[in-house]
Amino acid sequence: MGKPRVAFFDFASCEGCQLQVYNLEEDLLKVLDAVEVVAWREAMKGHSDDYDIAFVEGSILRQSDELRLRQIRRNAKILVALGACATIGGINNIKNFQEQEAVRQFVYGNKALDYETYPARPLKAVVPVDFEIHGCPITRKEFTTVLKALLLGKKPEIPNYPVCVECKMAQNICVFEKGMTCMGPVTRAGCEACCVTEGSICWGCRGLVDDPNIHAQVEVLAKYGLSVEDILRKFQLYADFSVIKDEQ
Amino acid sequence: MTRVEGHGNIHIKIRDGQVEQCQWEVVEAPRFFEAMLRGRKWDEVAHITSRICGICAIGHTTVSLKATEAAMGVDISEQTRDLRKVLLHGENMQSHMLHVGYLVLPDLLNVPSVIQLANTHREQFLMIVRLHRLANEMSDLIGGRTTHPQRPVVGGFAKWPTFGEMEALRQKLDASMEDAEALGYLFKELVSGFPPFERETEYIALKGHGEYALYDGNIVSTDGGTWPVARYKEISNEYLVPQSTAKFARHNRDSYMVGALARVNLNYDHLAPRAKKIADLFDLRPITTNPFMNNIAQVVEVIHSIEDSCRLIDDLLKDWVEEGEPKISVKAGKGVSTVEAPRGILFHAYEYNKDGECIWADCVIPTNQNHANIQKDMEALVLQIKDHGEKEIENSVEMLVRAYDPCISCSTHCIFL
Repeated sequence: MGKPRVAFFDFASCEGCQLQVYNLEEDLLKVLDAVEVVAWREAMKGHSDDYDIAFVEGSILRQSDELRLRQIRRNAKILVALGACATIGGINNIKNFQEQEAVRQFVYGNKALDYETYPARPLKAVVPVDFEIHGCPITRKEFTTVLKALLLGKKPEIPNYPVCVECKMAQNICVFEKGMTCMGPVTRAGCEACCVTEGSICWGCRGLVDDPNIHAQVEVLAKYGLSVEDILRKFQLYADFSVIKDEQ
Repeated sequence: MTRVEGHGNIHIKIRDGQVEQCQWEVVEAPRFFEAMLRGRKWDEVAHITSRICGICAIGHTTVSLKATEAAMGVDISEQTRDLRKVLLHGENMQSHMLHVGYLVLPDLLNVPSVIQLANTHREQFLMIVRLHRLANEMSDLIGGRTTHPQRPVVGGFAKWPTFGEMEALRQKLDASMEDAEALGYLFKELVSGFPPFERETEYIALKGHGEYALYDGNIVSTDGGTWPVARYKEISNEYLVPQSTAKFARHNRDSYMVGALARVNLNYDHLAPRAKKIADLFDLRPITTNPFMNNIAQVVEVIHSIEDSCRLIDDLLKDWVEEGEPKISVKAGKGVSTVEAPRGILFHAYEYNKDGECIWADCVIPTNQNHANIQKDMEALVLQIKDHGEKEIENSVEMLVRAYDPCISCSTHCIFL
């Protein structure tokens, strides 16, 4: 039995998540020892449709991309959504909150109809996805953890508690205390609260935990005199497509 | 096209010795960034525009912050300016190493990809990885992370490295010069692998005051002329073409080129000494009109970035202060700014209302500015080699496009004039 056959694909994205695989640096050699990469447009010319695991980055922004994604789903035994654009729609979702025609007009003027586009959506809105690696971008650590689990035939363990837990473990001062608005209380952990550690807030790029404690979030907002409007604005940046759909 | 960032296609049809079709087609899905920015707050804009590109996120973040600062009249400290310059060097180094090491070198060593290179040329592969990793460590330290950095904010940085961390970085940079020069000598051995090709071209880049311009400067052209950043639209003249979801651009001629080669052509005198010595190995001096030499210009810039970062850090460490979080007075205004991203000159312009909400945005991407030149170069190259074998034409044209290091996802962020 040979090494597992692995492929990388991308749709509408900044390719930052694929880049994190290059950023494994010397560890990339270990990955290349453990798997056989049979398709990766950014890295190589050769291509095969025979792969076991497909890592797919990016959102689906047009009908024609659905076709390509369905083909990948047919070919792959395991499909892993790589990064926020693929798992929840990512930053591409912002335009979904604006009126679609206005967006196209603003960008393409009277040529708007020549350019094919529809509301941005994650992979799971089009095909069943087996596993998700969250984040904008993903972390190298999580990529490696998930890959190892897959190679061992195990289910990758992804946290289902909020970023606040990791923020406390990192001994960060809570940014609410500094008068900032933070998505930490309702966002899925797994990033080690890196953004707060680096001086920012949690922007919610990993998506909501499975059962977000909305009551706690509202309580926190009230305590710090922040408005629901502030949170909703932040929420739009990485709003989960399925949540947007429900509201429409 | 493979081994480039983003999705593009090359269509060439030659029948009976006549070139019937020669087209560079950009098919990447447009993402509508300028539309997305409308209504967003001033302290979110850089976070969003960073996501235009994963490789040049630092470039987009930096130019975005500068545009907001220009719009609201925010001053930054000398230290912030210098630290941003070091951060840009980190990105330049990282992006160039990814390109020349992972995407281009396989062509020159006749292997299908970096994956094979890891086995067939392990020493060289490890050398490339060492330089790539150092560039990332630099960006991680100063920006928080290379892709979508968190530390840079309007007015400065939300978190500063310590004196000790900067000192350690300085030592690592110094120690990496051996690898960087080895990279130069490696390419010297392989440079004949690029097809011989010249085409008279207009080159556009920033020109600084007494330094090799990456962070700031005026816009200059090899056809003559200098413009302040505010007049960027007179340069870019973007337009739509049917076969592309990304816009094309033109200035004096049908097209122009931006990027490392343009910068070397216009800033050669300010290359750091060891970088200049490597440039001389290739006779790379103004004005070089072989687009394949963009790869060599990138190698030269890696060395320059290391040298110049050392100089900047030495200066910074004379009087290092971990500044606090900047306080911003939000006001209405319009601002334009520029940086040299790895792939070329980049412009962002924003307009804010009095509540600090973005009401208008314009982003002119380096690769957009190159698309028309890629098309023109391709036409000329194919005419030159049309009687060669199909495989050779395919390889040569792909290497031509690759030489530009196009960032296609960036270029289809999309804009309308």
